[in-house]
Amino acid sequence: MPRMKFLCDSDRCIECNACVTACKNEHEVPWGINRRRVVTLNDGRPGERSISMACMHCTDAPCAAVCPVSCFYTTADAIVLHDKDLCIGCGYCFYACPFGAPQYPKVGNFGGRGKMDKCTYCAGGPQQDNTGVEYIQYGSNRIAEGKLPLCAEMCSTKALLAGDGDIIASIYKERVQRRGYGSGAWGWRTAYKADVTA
Amino acid sequence: MMRALFAALLALPLLAGGALAQPAPSVRGAISAEEMELQRMLQGGRIEGRVSIPDRQSASLVQPAGKEWRDFHNRTLAWVGGVAVLGILAALAGFLGLKGRIRIAGGASGRTITRFSLLERANHWMVASSFIVLGLTGLNLTFGRHLLLPLLGPETFTAISIAGKYAHNYLAFPFTLGIVVMLVLWVRDNIPNARDIDWLRKGGGFLGLGHPEAARFNAGQKVVFWITVLGGGAVAVSGYVLIFPFAVTDIAGMQLAHMVHGIIAVLMIAAMLAHIYIGSIGMEGAFDAMGSGQVDYNWAKEHHGLWVQDVAKGHRAPPPGDARAYGAD
Repeated sequence: MPRMKFLCDSDRCIECNACVTACKNEHEVPWGINRRRVVTLNDGRPGERSISMACMHCTDAPCAAVCPVSCFYTTADAIVLHDKDLCIGCGYCFYACPFGAPQYPKVGNFGGRGKMDKCTYCAGGPQQDNTGVEYIQYGSNRIAEGKLPLCAEMCSTKALLAGDGDIIASIYKERVQRRGYGSGAWGWRTAYKADVTA
Repeated sequence: MMRALFAALLALPLLAGGALAQPAPSVRGAISAEEMELQRMLQGGRIEGRVSIPDRQSASLVQPAGKEWRDFHNRTLAWVGGVAVLGILAALAGFLGLKGRIRIAGGASGRTITRFSLLERANHWMVASSFIVLGLTGLNLTFGRHLLLPLLGPETFTAISIAGKYAHNYLAFPFTLGIVVMLVLWVRDNIPNARDIDWLRKGGGFLGLGHPEAARFNAGQKVVFWITVLGGGAVAVSGYVLIFPFAVTDIAGMQLAHMVHGIIAVLMIAAMLAHIYIGSIGMEGAFDAMGSGQVDYNWAKEHHGLWVQDVAKGHRAPPPGDARAYGAD
């Protein structure tokens, strides 16, 4: 089985935000929820770079570790998913998540949180694959169709890579060796206790 | 020494990364993902940038403090809460087994004196009932998935936890109101004074060192009062920070608010278990004070002799209602 990961090559990311738009469109993500976002470091200064960030589908996922109702599970491809029918919208996963991935619709009392929403790696949720209920709750399930996440698939500069960790790491290393520079895989140390040194 | 070690640790990935991945870092800007993540993990802080969406929280790329919060929630809070609650229950059971129920030494006199007015009692029970629900629903978030989830199954447990979340959010308001009213009603009788030192020195009469004198509230009750007012105040303030996510603070502030909220809450639960014990099965005659508001005259004289004298002399207005000092009092 592959070990699915995201890798953003920040030397290629041009902050076009197409991954964000594609994600929102593919899954009909409601207003105010961003499963993916592009963060620009050192904006307007030397060393500026942009990183597309979403749920990294961590090894030993912090969200799953702190969830009071244990609504998270990990698929055979190491994708971290959650069951919205069990989520109570407590917000604990957001406190624990290093990447700020969990998002909450403001439907609760006091502008509080509804059921958490996050990147599913385009793998849907615990409902039957590619059914209407799954789409409404989690968005489309491209993984079940044999496709990779749309954000990475349509990235125009191929900065965002999705797929088996070993394969995308080797692609990245090859790039770094060819061009002679690379700032590393953002979030990999935190999410996978791994780094990508070429 | 430590600083040198720290610097060496920081430099390690820099050297390794620099040698292998970044032949010309000056050209492209010297940011390396591994290096920054390691730095932030060791030194605290977050990797932050700019985002084009109107959500300030999303500008944080990596926040390593989540790991500390996770350790706090899963280990520190679970252990402190578990030990505090089970420890106090064991101590109370041991005390009951050893000493038994504290009786009214002179027996019930059959005459009563008003100890708490209707307002005082109603406010006490508003705080008490909301505290019990707040405490149980709060404990559920830390211990429920280990204790209740295997028993009830995921669907039922989620239904209970969601109801608990709503109850927790709404009951925060009567609880806070009650704490404020409590402060106003009782603060003047709860100012610590020299008599409290004597009371504490004699172990409150629990240890057989004689029965110390007390006015309306003894030192133990004053401790309970201040735990309730100050602890309850801190829990309320941190709770309102949590109930309105990110309204007044960022992720670090939310994590801190949760830590303060959780630790003070479990310690208060432990303290209130002792309070509930001594006010019910632990002491004969004590429950009447908050039940009917009328306590037995002998009980009052044994535990709050100075207060009985004060009421008798008319130095203090009897609590609203009618606390008349009777003839021979």
